Amino acid sequence: MLTRRILIALTAAAFIAGAPAFAQDKSIVVSSTTSTQDSGLFGHLLPLFKKKTGIDVKVVSQGTGQALDTGRRGDADVVFVHARGQEEKFVADGFGVKRYPVMYNDFVLIGPKSDPAGVKGTKDIVAALKTIKSKNAAFISRGDKSGTHSAELNLWKVAGIDIAADKGPWYKEIGQGMGAALNTASASNAYVLADRGTWLSFKNRGELDIVVEGDNRLFNQYGVILVNPAKHANVKKSEGQAFIDWIVSPEGQKAIADYKINGQQLFFPNATAQGV
Amino acid sequence: MPTDTSALDLILRADPALVGIVRLSLLVSLSAVVLAALIGIPLGALIALTRFPGRNGAIVLLNALMGLPPVVVGLLVYLMLSRSGPLGSWGILFTPQAMIIAQSILVMPIVAALARQTIEDLWEEYRDELAALNVGPVRRIFTLIYDARFSLLTALLAGFGRAAAEVGAVIIVGGNIDGFTRTMTTAIALETSKGDLPLAIGLGMVLISLVIVVNALAWGARRASERYAG
Repeated sequence: MLTRRILIALTAAAFIAGAPAFAQDKSIVVSSTTSTQDSGLFGHLLPLFKKKTGIDVKVVSQGTGQALDTGRRGDADVVFVHARGQEEKFVADGFGVKRYPVMYNDFVLIGPKSDPAGVKGTKDIVAALKTIKSKNAAFISRGDKSGTHSAELNLWKVAGIDIAADKGPWYKEIGQGMGAALNTASASNAYVLADRGTWLSFKNRGELDIVVEGDNRLFNQYGVILVNPAKHANVKKSEGQAFIDWIVSPEGQKAIADYKINGQQLFFPNATAQGV
Repeated sequence: MPTDTSALDLILRADPALVGIVRLSLLVSLSAVVLAALIGIPLGALIALTRFPGRNGAIVLLNALMGLPPVVVGLLVYLMLSRSGPLGSWGILFTPQAMIIAQSILVMPIVAALARQTIEDLWEEYRDELAALNVGPVRRIFTLIYDARFSLLTALLAGFGRAAAEVGAVIIVGGNIDGFTRTMTTAIALETSKGDLPLAIGLGMVLISLVIVVNALAWGARRASERYAG
């Protein structure tokens, strides 16, 4: 039995060594999107918030649809996402207390430098999508009900294209996060809609580059919502609200503006803006 | 974890974030194996040594469950532990405990099925001897488990390999929270999604090395114990 005893002793030691990691001090769970995590924004913000309040923020990063569902089930205290329609429905259905606008960045159309559809450098995203469709140029869609996926579907609609009916082999829905979509586009020289933050911090670019940017229809607003304690009594109301209050405060907003990659600002705070 | 450094740098500097991730991976997977052994070995022995209606079906099922898809187990455990699920009041979703539970469920059938086969084979060999010595059923089980201990160790290592390698279950029930539920496999998935493929590969090498070290320790322990047992 010596071997089993050694194994058990090792595990017991690991348990004891790991005990501090199990301790539950002041902490909240925030379900958020892959873009805020993959872009490194949370890595910048959370230590500042922790220093100020002592509250640990545990971020579970998912697509916007899944992040809202995590909140709906009561498994997060705060949701931090980017799909205004879905967020307003979440609050209207009673799952969230109130939606606060936090910041925005923008989407960019990414494509191969060879630019088979010939849209590089144009400013009209809708015209670019129409051209891609008419030339059957390869296009990668998130296909995961994320905020970026919602934005993409909305742009096809604006372009007057019923993508669900009109898609062909050129249009591939991969059902994964932003990074995976960029990896796929990079490997297959395809076009893909991405948030600028993830693109700037993305390393495996291959032949990809920004082809269309600057259209105001590519605006990407983020909102933050406290999960309704009336629905789920376990929600840490005061700590969750403290996080929201901080992130929309001048101090939190400045921290967002200060986050840069290679000198480029990724997110633009706008908590005081009306109707976004 | 900083992404602008290579995996080799992280290892050489014993990066605290990396050390935390390695420790959590080992803690979760080893705990899952111990839990799975506590249930799986007696269960395997019981099925090996008893005859009951539907026994063949139970063996086939147990063998089939060795191939449980991690993502399905993760999803089921998630639904159980979610605040809206039946065990929501435990409040352990997105914690290491939830990850241990999910991995135990994945590992248990492997341990039980391999234990069943090992002990049944041994029983064929020892049946007459044990009958002649008039050993009771409980003593019989303990004797066989003890005599099969080295083969059972291999079953536990197979289970550990399964646990240490899977990402589907731990990422769903753990949430891949930085510094809290991030393991080697979920860190690799994250770095891949950030497009930092060299770091992802580097972490993969670390994981493979860890699994080799654990197996080497187990092998050494077996050798030492063989000598000790004479």
